[in-house]
Amino acid sequence: MSTLLELSGVSVSFDGFRAINNLSFQIGEPELRAIIGPNGAGKTTFMDIITGKTRPDEGRVIFGEKSVSLLKMSESQIARSGIGRKFQKPTVFEAQTVRENLAMALSNPRGPFDVLLYRKTPTGARRIEEIAAEIGLTDHLTRRSGELSHGQKQWLEIGMLLAQDPRLLLVDEPAAGMTPAEREHTTDLLKRAAATRAVVVVEHDMEFVRRLDCKVTVLNEGSVLAEGSLDHVTKNQDVIDVYLGR
Amino acid sequence: MKQGFLSKNPSVLWFLAALGFFTLCVTVLSEAAGIGLISTSFVKTLGKTLCLCLVAVAMDVVWGYCGILSLGHFAFFGIGGYAIGMWLMYARTEIIVVKSLSAAAIPPTPEEITASVGQQIFGVVGATDFPWLWAFADSLFLQLLMVVLVPGLLALVFGWLAFRSRVTGVYLSILTQAMTLALSLYLFQNDSGLRGNNGLSGLQNIPGFEQTPQALISVWFFWASALALALGYVLFAWVVSGKMGSVVRGIRDNESRVRFLGYHVETYKLFVFTLTAVASGIAGALYYPQAGIINPAEIAPIASIYLAVWVAIGGRGRLYGAVLGAALVSLLSSWFTGGGAPNIPLGFYTIQWTDWWLVLLGLSFVAVTLFFPKGIGGLFDLIVRKGDQK
Ligand SMILES: Nc1ncnc2c1ncn2[C@@H]1O[C@H](COP(=O)(O)OP(=O)(O)OP(=O)(O)O)[C@@H](O)[C@H]1O
Ligand SMILES: [Mg+2]
Repeated sequence: MSTLLELSGVSVSFDGFRAINNLSFQIGEPELRAIIGPNGAGKTTFMDIITGKTRPDEGRVIFGEKSVSLLKMSESQIARSGIGRKFQKPTVFEAQTVRENLAMALSNPRGPFDVLLYRKTPTGARRIEEIAAEIGLTDHLTRRSGELSHGQKQWLEIGMLLAQDPRLLLVDEPAAGMTPAEREHTTDLLKRAAATRAVVVVEHDMEFVRRLDCKVTVLNEGSVLAEGSLDHVTKNQDVIDVYLGR
Repeated sequence: MKQGFLSKNPSVLWFLAALGFFTLCVTVLSEAAGIGLISTSFVKTLGKTLCLCLVAVAMDVVWGYCGILSLGHFAFFGIGGYAIGMWLMYARTEIIVVKSLSAAAIPPTPEEITASVGQQIFGVVGATDFPWLWAFADSLFLQLLMVVLVPGLLALVFGWLAFRSRVTGVYLSILTQAMTLALSLYLFQNDSGLRGNNGLSGLQNIPGFEQTPQALISVWFFWASALALALGYVLFAWVVSGKMGSVVRGIRDNESRVRFLGYHVETYKLFVFTLTAVASGIAGALYYPQAGIINPAEIAPIASIYLAVWVAIGGRGRLYGAVLGAALVSLLSSWFTGGGAPNIPLGFYTIQWTDWWLVLLGLSFVAVTLFFPKGIGGLFDLIVRKGDQK
């Protein structure tokens, strides 16, 4: 397992408030990692920094074996270099069908003229079918995604991530608003995805994190409070004080 | 490729059929065909309306599909008109000058001809020399190129600056209005090189066709406008279908999500903005020879706002909606403001439509926005759905 992404000494402030404070973090490929922490700990901001939405005030963000810095790249370049993201609030294109959503995410050339002259291929169609089966939306391919249930939208967004075929998946609260059965399906999905890739999952639900069965990083006030197996971090007194004890 | 696209988009075929039928009817009933049920001036009005439909289709693509509320597309339309107007005016004046000078004892030198043409064209603004803007005015080919290049380049530079800085929403609309206002104020100046508020006139006279009756010329321009609308419609329908349409609508609904999928949103916006600006320029170049005159008032910011109103009333996000909105509202507008609509005496007050039309338009706009967000085009959904239920 080699290091895929490395953040070191990253800090970011919003109007003087330090949302991320000298944060260092590493993830290998393949690896599944869960991130937990209280509200406002900086989990979403952490993803914003990796995906280029927020620029840090200081620190380094290095990706891939060529150790390229992500800090000078635009959001779309970062996405094209292999980082996919699912947002905390499910964001799919509600006016479009499930198939259109997935087709847009498929890893094909992204320039306007490539897209304008894009022709549907059997390979692409097969890939969409595969992903739809994986996320349990095979029967819904022609439906407008706005009509899907909340859980199905979450899956569709995960499916769009898979279609992008990224090396690193950042998944923000995938199980929010899901029924227990849906949660179970979601854990399976993420674990399978992590067999070949790096996957970072932010989640509040401890049961869900336990089922992911992976290394856990606890964030608090913008920096890492503890790291290790779930059992290890839940025994940590600091973690109990700031997060679990409440 | 086109085959598959058309068969998958039957509404495009319906539109083309309707447009073809309409063109045929107007041609047969025109004065040029001898029946004369439709007067030459009305043929021109209809031809101009088709041009307005084309710019409305472009507006629908940039606003209804891509979510960029540009309040400047009529500026591109006007630029197209000016570009062709320069050649029309130059070439025609030259013919007249050559004719009148040929009566003189000594044949005129080319310099004398140019000087005299300049005198004729720019006398109204107290100038005689040709401004640099007119460098290519003697060449139809180059001015036609300008019809495409000037709006295209302006849109490219403006769009690049605006989109690169992530200016969106209301701020972008204001910026496009500012561009339009700046352009029209510039053109209002006498030393703009484009005859200030006199504008360019006599554009209905096509050089080389002095002997051809306007009845016939009006039908030619009507055909050209119909052809341009048909081609523009098919092109834009193709652009907003398939995967491109997916991405463009995605940008409208959630541009940052599209960005995180790896698409460079700014490039897409620039592409759509520029392509629609070019189409608007072409529409303008066909419109003003039928109108006969273009002046800076045509480019006033309000014109671009009307364009948005037409598209909203017709129904955003469907191309035939834009066509319906533009045709209906612009025709009604010329009926009401041209004194066609009978005034309504209320005893204590008389409703004069020339004054009250704008109020009526404003109210319809508010009503459509509040109660029929899908506009007139939305009625088609009802018909189609009823058909499905049977
Ligand atoms: N763009 C911003 N401007 C100002 N403050 C921000 C911004 N983004 C985040 N913050 C602040 O930074 C802190 C960290 O926010 P973040 O969304 O990363 O927390 P989180 O760990 O994802 O919380 P939650 O579990 O509620 O999702 C919060 O206090 C938030 O208010
Ligand atoms: Mg969050």
